[in-house]
Amino acid sequence: MRVLKFLLQKEFKQIFRNKGLLPLIFVVPFVQLLILPLAADYEVKNINISIVDQDHSSYSRHLISKITSSGYFKLAGYAPTFKEGFKQIENGQADLILEIPTGFERNLIRENQQKLFIAVNAINGVKAGLGGNYLSQIISDYNNDIRLQWIQPGRFKDAPTIQVVSSNWFNPFMNYNYFMVPGILVVLVTMVGSYMCALNIVKEKEAGTIEQINVTPIKKYQFVLGKLIPFWVIGMMVFTIGLFIVARLVYGIVPVGSVLLLYGYLAIYLIALLGLGLLISTFAETQQQAMSVAYFFIMIFMLMSGLFTPLDGMPQWAYVIAKINPVTYFIDVVRMIILKGSGFSDLVYHFTIMTGFALLLNGLAIWNYRKTS
Amino acid sequence: MELNKDNNKSLSNAGSQLSVEREVVIKTDKLTKRFGDFIATNQITFEVYSGEIFGFLGANGAGKTTAMKMLCGLSKPSSGNATIAGFDIYRQTEQIKRHIGYMSQKFSLYEDLTIVENIQFFGGIYGLSDQQLKTKSNELIETLGLQKEANKLVNSLPLGWKQKLAFSVAVLHEPRIVFLDEPTGGVDPITRRQFWDLIYQAADKGITIFVTTHYMDEAEYCNRISMMVDGEIKALDTPADLKQKYAVSSMDEVFYELARGAKRNE
Repeated sequence: MRVLKFLLQKEFKQIFRNKGLLPLIFVVPFVQLLILPLAADYEVKNINISIVDQDHSSYSRHLISKITSSGYFKLAGYAPTFKEGFKQIENGQADLILEIPTGFERNLIRENQQKLFIAVNAINGVKAGLGGNYLSQIISDYNNDIRLQWIQPGRFKDAPTIQVVSSNWFNPFMNYNYFMVPGILVVLVTMVGSYMCALNIVKEKEAGTIEQINVTPIKKYQFVLGKLIPFWVIGMMVFTIGLFIVARLVYGIVPVGSVLLLYGYLAIYLIALLGLGLLISTFAETQQQAMSVAYFFIMIFMLMSGLFTPLDGMPQWAYVIAKINPVTYFIDVVRMIILKGSGFSDLVYHFTIMTGFALLLNGLAIWNYRKTS
Repeated sequence: MELNKDNNKSLSNAGSQLSVEREVVIKTDKLTKRFGDFIATNQITFEVYSGEIFGFLGANGAGKTTAMKMLCGLSKPSSGNATIAGFDIYRQTEQIKRHIGYMSQKFSLYEDLTIVENIQFFGGIYGLSDQQLKTKSNELIETLGLQKEANKLVNSLPLGWKQKLAFSVAVLHEPRIVFLDEPTGGVDPITRRQFWDLIYQAADKGITIFVTTHYMDEAEYCNRISMMVDGEIKALDTPADLKQKYAVSSMDEVFYELARGAKRNE
């Protein structure tokens, strides 16, 4: 115990004395937490639309005003012909063209039907898909409006219609931040945990101080604990600041479920992740190597964790990778506890898996850490 | 005990004031380290006696550092046996570590800790009590004359002082043996002289000194020296006897004589 005390004292002194490292631990994650959710927002707004109105009727004007007032579209301009409109797509001014043919109003009234033409620039698939969808919705909404105008009340009263009303649970306004911010917080804690820990040990290898440690009677587990505990504490601190200051004050996210349960999971998760950092450090000889390997893992962890894309949409092989990624489980848990208020009984599976990760990674790290060569 | 008596005689020839009671603290028997096909240290057999200053010489790449790392428990031997302070090099590495001090070629105290913090840290992990730590660190700082610098970061010290500090820290827990791997590389002759004063002080306290060096004037300070060439020990005796044996006047010439045949270069 006394040895551990000296190791911890030394480690904390070094960390808090490192003027280059401190901002990386305590400032950068929060800047990222403020910026990344904005970038990860899938809601597409400001789609540039070019309108080719060849009808110039009150109906077509009504439709156009409905589109522009929806908030999703920005009028890039009117084009006299489709060709002109397409030019606007070509030079990047417009993402979408809506062509309203001549006789739009007349045909709609006389023949009760009229076709509209939408052309979408599909280079950005997400924008194209969503833009096309929004526009179709607005048009069908508009269609309903006119039908209501024409149909005399009571006339089609008994016509069978299915009306779909969906209600959004746990995140009623589908606020994207509620979904992203806790997930990004997990990734940040992951980075601080694994990177810092791996680099710290490899730095001692580079400096040669680890050799000095290895000739002392320090036990393996003491050395490992001396490295794990400081970064465990730092991980806890980063998460706490992220959750209570950034997520709550900036994004207004208040966990629905038990904060204690959340921290319980975080505690185990950090042990698992630090185990990974430790494992990397036992293989790497230089900080550069450690950094590259850690970066490789973090990239995969981030992209295959269900943070940005739902796991269910992944092909089988990717799904398997996601399932052996500790980050996946923590992101799931964070969302379940914060948004849904899940209790321990809902999370037993997650707890079991993470404990397994913690044991496996630390076991490998201790096994591979040698005081001799 | 035939050999021991012999040694006493030669040691007194070398002007040492060692006691008559000779205890073997390092004993190796055909100690070998291979890296693949390369035999870094080839069946070295020697003994080091308690309280002596043992110079471990050899050209670059002769296998000195490898041998020393095996003796310190930093590297596992490929074959052969050795006991350090009476403990087996294979099975009792942790006990060995309790009884040795080590100072590597590379300065390996923490540069981002102060002098006092380094002393406290290394003393602490060797299990010194708070009281001992306090007295020892005061003593040490006074001996080195570092009172003003005590609370400065180690990286602000000049190299010579760092080395003296590293040595003092390595013997802080009063080990039986201290291993010094080229402890005075890159410093001026005066500082080296001061460093050797520290070595003598430690030897007077009964700490056995096992030191590698490339400076032949330092070799003269040793009670006995061994010469390694291409992973083998080619000679082992007092500096005086070696000079006599090779009929030369300086250790430099002894070194040339022995190392000339070396096939390995750095």
